[in-house]
Amino acid sequence: MTSLPLKKETEKIGKSNKRKYRLEKFSGNLFLFCALLSVISLLLIICFVFYKGAHPFLAEGYRFLDFLLGSDWVPSEDKFGILPMIIASLYATIGALIIGVPIGLLTAIFLAEIAPKSIAKIISPAVQLLAGIPSVLYGVFGLAIIVPFLQNHLGLIKGQSLVAVILVLAIMMLPTVVTVAETSIRAVPKTYREGSLALGASPIGTIFKVVVPAAKSGIMTAIVLGMGRAIGETMAVILVAGNSLIIPTSLTDSVRPLTTNIALEMGYAFGTHQEMLFATGIVLFSFILILNFTLARISSKGGN
Amino acid sequence: MNTTFVERKQITEEITADNTQLSKQTKISVKDLNLFYGDKQALYDVSINIKEKEVTALIGPSGCGKSTFLRTLNRMNDLIDSVKINGEIIIDGDDIYRSNDVIKLRTKVGMVFQKPNLFPMSIYDNVAYGPRMQGIKNKSKLNKIVEESLRGAAIWDEVKDRLKSSALGLSGGQQQRVCIARAIAMKPDIILMDEPTSALDPISTLKVEELITTMKNDYTIVIVTHNMQQAARVSDRTAFFLSGEIIEFDETSKIFSMPNDQRTEDYVTGRFG
Repeated sequence: MTSLPLKKETEKIGKSNKRKYRLEKFSGNLFLFCALLSVISLLLIICFVFYKGAHPFLAEGYRFLDFLLGSDWVPSEDKFGILPMIIASLYATIGALIIGVPIGLLTAIFLAEIAPKSIAKIISPAVQLLAGIPSVLYGVFGLAIIVPFLQNHLGLIKGQSLVAVILVLAIMMLPTVVTVAETSIRAVPKTYREGSLALGASPIGTIFKVVVPAAKSGIMTAIVLGMGRAIGETMAVILVAGNSLIIPTSLTDSVRPLTTNIALEMGYAFGTHQEMLFATGIVLFSFILILNFTLARISSKGGN
Repeated sequence: MNTTFVERKQITEEITADNTQLSKQTKISVKDLNLFYGDKQALYDVSINIKEKEVTALIGPSGCGKSTFLRTLNRMNDLIDSVKINGEIIIDGDDIYRSNDVIKLRTKVGMVFQKPNLFPMSIYDNVAYGPRMQGIKNKSKLNKIVEESLRGAAIWDEVKDRLKSSALGLSGGQQQRVCIARAIAMKPDIILMDEPTSALDPISTLKVEELITTMKNDYTIVIVTHNMQQAARVSDRTAFFLSGEIIEFDETSKIFSMPNDQRTEDYVTGRFG
């Protein structure tokens, strides 16, 4: 008599549990799908760029080395050499690092170690806001301020030049460098500072001999991330680079980095020309990959 | 003071030691020291004379101000913005809060912290850090300082073959002794120790305590400790702190056997704390 309602009860429980398990499984898969989306996008982009970019070298008889080391880019005459752009990209990135890294590091040190709280409270958000400005606005700023300044003060006929690119990129990498470096400097244990000061070291001596070396891996990460930002930037660079297809020999030359080449010509290119632009993308992508591997190595070393 | 002297005189072995003790000079003289964290007062009219080449222990329950007091002696409290101090601390005739040369003060007054805080560099570089900051670059001179300091901290034999490897690979007890060596390398007169064994195992603690008793021939040592047995084992005099005041300051044997103040007795017999 009593067993019957009991059975019913358990059945009921079993049913509601079944629903729970199904929901559990479903949400698990939903999360997995979301997590996979970014991986899938990455794979799609890589495959697409490589498929399109590799085609001329695999099927149309172009030589990859000619492409890399050729110094003429004249699509109408079937000449596709991107050496000037590779060099322009490297020069621009290195130049931006030379200016941006010291300024960024000193800012980070100032914010984390020296600045009174009231001042850090103003500067820190300002630096972070710099990261949120759309890159086209950096370009407009460069075009409206830096380019005329160079024309007036360096006597250039055309202010759009390598040095303008370097200045704009240096400003653009600041937020990345400052934020990452500041975080890593703040993470250095207070006891290191105390130990150094207690040994009669000056505060500045303590910063450069103990705090900064202890934050080394974080600071390296900051530099590499800033570099990635500089090498991949397109919009701001287009506006101030001048975009001439020459191998730059001086800071005042008009240049065309890899990114701007793609952005400038993709709109009207077709056929082999378009595929060559994808190939330019492959080269750019390789640079970024190399940077990321370096980054991974740095952080794994820092973990030790 | 007189009664203690008489009592002690009966122990013939200690007569000579006691005589030298009488002639010992005051190294640190603190008068009416008050310290505030913002509005909160942490030290009340602290006055104490610390003798040279002795071990002075500061004991008391947590939050009684003993560590705060220790840190006033090399001005480590300067690092905290809200700290205000009045009163005077005189070391070798100089009021350390009047003269502004903190760097000179800290080369003269070394410090060993609660947890070993060696820098992430080699053992050698850690010990040579202070002298290098003082501008000593000569290699053989540095080598000599490093060896002497490590010997002085009784750790030379354990680390002499691995001077160039990272200091963070040592055990906690070894690290703390290298910290002591690092402090010794500055050739200070005074060494402050802020619960130097609280993070160590019993055997390492014993080694550090042995080291402290040998070091007092050369240095004036002020040690904060939670461990009353440790104060009894290593110190010559003991100050008992409670709520930011010094309740009692006397020879260690007296503090632990027949203290004058009821509160001291309650604390050392374990009734609170």
